Amino acid sequence: MKRIYLDHNSTTSVHPDVLEAMMPYYRDDFGNASSVHFFGRQARQAIEEARLKVAKLIGADASELIFTSGGSESDNFAIKGAAYQLKHRGNHIITSSIEHLAVLSPCKKLEKEGFKVTYIPVDSCGVVDVKELRAAITKETMLISIMLANNEVGTIQPVAEIGRLAKENRILFHTDAIQAAGKLNVDVNALGVDILSLSAHKLYGPKGVGALYLRKRASIEPLILGGHHERNLRAGTENVAGIVGFGKAAEIASAEMESQNKALISLRDRLYGGILKNIDEVQLNGHPTQRLSNTLNVSFEYLEGESIILSLDLEGVAVSTGSACTSGSLEPSHVLLAMGVSPQTSQGSIRFSLGRINTDEDIDYVIGILPGIIERLRSMSPLYEKKR
Amino acid sequence: MTNGPYSKKVMEHFMHPRNVGEIENADGIGNVGNPVCGDIMRFYIKVDNDIIVDAKFKTFGCGAAISTSSMVTELVKGKTIDEALKVSNRAVAEALGGLPPIKMHCSVLAEEALKSAIDDYLKKKSLIKPSAE
Repeated sequence: MKRIYLDHNSTTSVHPDVLEAMMPYYRDDFGNASSVHFFGRQARQAIEEARLKVAKLIGADASELIFTSGGSESDNFAIKGAAYQLKHRGNHIITSSIEHLAVLSPCKKLEKEGFKVTYIPVDSCGVVDVKELRAAITKETMLISIMLANNEVGTIQPVAEIGRLAKENRILFHTDAIQAAGKLNVDVNALGVDILSLSAHKLYGPKGVGALYLRKRASIEPLILGGHHERNLRAGTENVAGIVGFGKAAEIASAEMESQNKALISLRDRLYGGILKNIDEVQLNGHPTQRLSNTLNVSFEYLEGESIILSLDLEGVAVSTGSACTSGSLEPSHVLLAMGVSPQTSQGSIRFSLGRINTDEDIDYVIGILPGIIERLRSMSPLYEKKR
Repeated sequence: MTNGPYSKKVMEHFMHPRNVGEIENADGIGNVGNPVCGDIMRFYIKVDNDIIVDAKFKTFGCGAAISTSSMVTELVKGKTIDEALKVSNRAVAEALGGLPPIKMHCSVLAEEALKSAIDDYLKKKSLIKPSAE
């Protein structure tokens, strides 16, 4: 069966050039980068070359980049690290209601420890309300964390504006750029961020490696303690091969971002157009224009997401959903609910996230099979009255 | 590796559900669940001489919800009301070759939908009885 992967926001395939760049560091050049001898020096050089490439992707200095085990670690490091470092200055954090759980969960934990967290609401397109954010700032605020682009609906946030606000008020500013990097032009200075999270496997790099950008003047408590790695900020023998892969992936992303975006927007709009043409009672979730080039989140009314995913999976198509059945909790996507989408409509949401391997043929195939799937499931739904 | 996150039987019922639809002038209708949880089941039964001669369902829900609904209708057709009342969610899950633990609640909802339809039938029966005499 031909398989079509439309779940790139979940993870991506490793680019062939990335894999090739990584292999030597598994096979022959396997040294520990902290070792003094030849094997160590080899690994050290590879890491520092990769660091330059990842830093370039975000307009940062290599000395400001710390490698981690991935996006979740970077987010935890940023939130907890800032909170514990700055708790003498204040105990208030401002974030948004649509952040990834890797930001929300550390915030919830900090609340239990006595910190205060304000979750800024978003509008129906998923854009953070900057006015409310400004109004939420107090003398106790020591950290603002707002993601650059949302992973579920793709909405791009006004991070540069918030960066200026944070600077005015001398508050440390973190952005989760995990989904945005490689898709948007990220420049830490233009955005005015002090801390930024990245993950390799969202941009055709390997899983298990990420990075945290930490501006020179900013200081946060380390999360992983132990050896003196990463300038005493993140202990642990470096994942050399992973880091090398990350560097290569960042290099490719930088070079191809413009052409990739052009292609992805075309595919995405083709898919959306095809869906609207053949299926009624469909709702777009996310901003119509201020949105990642590859992300299309729609709700099919009167249906539940997992049943749609299963049906698509049986035909070889891979997507994801914001329905409760797959969230692991009893509630549908917190992002959709925060946008004011009704629980019922949230249940019927499907996220199509496209990538470099997708083609027009892939899209046309999906457009071809979707109407039948939706019709079959709707005929089973007690909520659907077929309009004659 | 299975052809889906569920057992073969569950996938079978998902791909080819039995008894989808409505019964006009049903003898009993059961409505359970809510959209917030993501599961709504509506069961219809036709009863003749205390035997369920027909059962149909409509479900808003995941793969497990659809297949448990389908299985329940299959299990109760031809049974007496008393026998049908004994159909437990565990029996439904077993008949389907098992469900993932987090999906067991779907089988519970299906059992509730059936009981709700039977309840409706019994209520209607006790209302009609006097005038039938």
